[in-house]
Amino acid sequence: MTLELASVQGVQVEDTGIDTSPLAIRGLTVSYGQKPAVFSVDMTAQPGAMTAIIGPNGAGKSTLLKAALGIVKPLSGQVTVFGAPLEQQRARIAYVPQRSSVDWDFPTRVLDVVLMGLSRELGLLGRIRARHTARAMDCLHRVGMRDFADRQIGQLSGGQQQRVFLARALAQDADLYLLDEPFAGVDAATEKAIIAVLKSLKEAGKTVITVHHDLATVTDYFDHVFLINTRKVAEGPVAQAFTAETLQSAYGGRLATAQIDQISRALG
Amino acid sequence: MSGEEFVPLSLTPLLIGTFAAIACALPGNFLVLRKQALIGDAISHVVLPGIVVAFLLTGAISTWPMMLGAAGAAIVAVILIEAIRRLGQIEPGAAMGVVFTTMFAGGVLLLEQTDTSTVHLDVEHALYGNLESLIWLDAVGWSSLLDLEALAGLPPELPRIALTLLGVCLFTVLFWRPLKISTFDEGFARTIGIRTGALGMALVITAAIAAVAAFDAVGSIIVIAMFICPPAAARMMTNRLEAQIGWSVLFATLSAVSGYVLAGYGPLWLGGADAVSAAGMIATMSGLILALSAVFGPCRTRAGAPISS
Repeated sequence: MTLELASVQGVQVEDTGIDTSPLAIRGLTVSYGQKPAVFSVDMTAQPGAMTAIIGPNGAGKSTLLKAALGIVKPLSGQVTVFGAPLEQQRARIAYVPQRSSVDWDFPTRVLDVVLMGLSRELGLLGRIRARHTARAMDCLHRVGMRDFADRQIGQLSGGQQQRVFLARALAQDADLYLLDEPFAGVDAATEKAIIAVLKSLKEAGKTVITVHHDLATVTDYFDHVFLINTRKVAEGPVAQAFTAETLQSAYGGRLATAQIDQISRALG
Repeated sequence: MSGEEFVPLSLTPLLIGTFAAIACALPGNFLVLRKQALIGDAISHVVLPGIVVAFLLTGAISTWPMMLGAAGAAIVAVILIEAIRRLGQIEPGAAMGVVFTTMFAGGVLLLEQTDTSTVHLDVEHALYGNLESLIWLDAVGWSSLLDLEALAGLPPELPRIALTLLGVCLFTVLFWRPLKISTFDEGFARTIGIRTGALGMALVITAAIAAVAAFDAVGSIIVIAMFICPPAAARMMTNRLEAQIGWSVLFATLSAVSGYVLAGYGPLWLGGADAVSAAGMIATMSGLILALSAVFGPCRTRAGAPISS
């Protein structure tokens, strides 16, 4: 609370954890045109945790992620990754965009998309060698898509496309994984495969932050939540920050009382 | 045809036509995939005010000032298009439409209002170019290719378009990986540190330079056709970008050579008397190739249909 008050008053406060946090955001404001999409948001991601970014439609979840990654330009705010400016830490970040953000008719194969995850390593003109291909194939194997390596990407189902995107992120071999709605419009098998991969990343000590839509699965999949509705609503471990009160304040009237009851019951 | 006849009369126009076609088709591959292919059309219109201004400043019809004027106008247009697209947050097609009609109209107005109407800045030349006239009179046969004195008499358009093609090739090879990644997935490209804004601008400026150089040699019809037809036809032949580039170069070459030959001899074969415009025929051939690949190409069906796993 003191921190929040201080940031409103514009006072710099020492905040333990910022120095090392995988993703620390301070005072981030993003606007498309007149209305701010994200307003003065602070976030301190917990290392080695799986965090869900939750909020109603148009609450700025994806925008927060994109601004944190420098994809959209914020009006103001500061982003540090493992205690250093974003630009210096690009190699430690992997990003899975929304599946619908790209044209899947693009003339390329599944394997080529995964190899894009190695492009920092390959540089401008580095040749793709057998070990690179082997690594990409291994990443495809981890998401259960090894047999599809030679397919044109347009021939995949939505869930398969999502798994290919996850394989590309795995190929980046990062410490911080940011995913934008990886479960949107995928089949049940894909959802299981993706969550298994994300949990294995967590076990390996990686930090995973996911924009998430489905409130019913939050407690099963995640250990931390970040609730947003243009402004930050709550942040912390699921048990403390994912409550009827915080949901009510994030979703307002948009969440049926029955839904909240259901979630409260699930939380015990 | 013997070398004595072929080298002076047909070799240089064939080479110039082919180089111009490839120089436009290469960036065209990315422009088509980025849904920016209309930029070729836009550029060929916006060069008009550039050429008029260059003429007003120098008072003569000479190549270099006009090419610089055209290139300058193209780059101004590209920057305007990007600025309108970003500030107005509208789609690129709309921004192009606004900029190129305005600049073209400005060029026409300038042409009308100033004393340029007496000189020969005619529309026909701009559209069809003058490919047939780019002959190499100093050549006597294949041996002239090794004769420095004869080589000095080459039409200046040839080295100019060759150099442009070399530049376009270098750009494509050097920035292949970032171009491919940012064309497919711009957001991801930015997260791995690719400066997508600058790269997109560089692509469009490369296309503008290719367009101006080709425009000077072969007219705007070829420019507009080559940015779109060979890449679009190539897309329907393959599902890999690497192969698509190869197909587009092949189709561009095929259009240039067959179009040039058919323009020269086609009417005679049909019993007509005169040859037709080579530039027009080359563009027609590229359109024909596109139509054929749209009907018979192996990858022409929309690949979006989901397949159950």
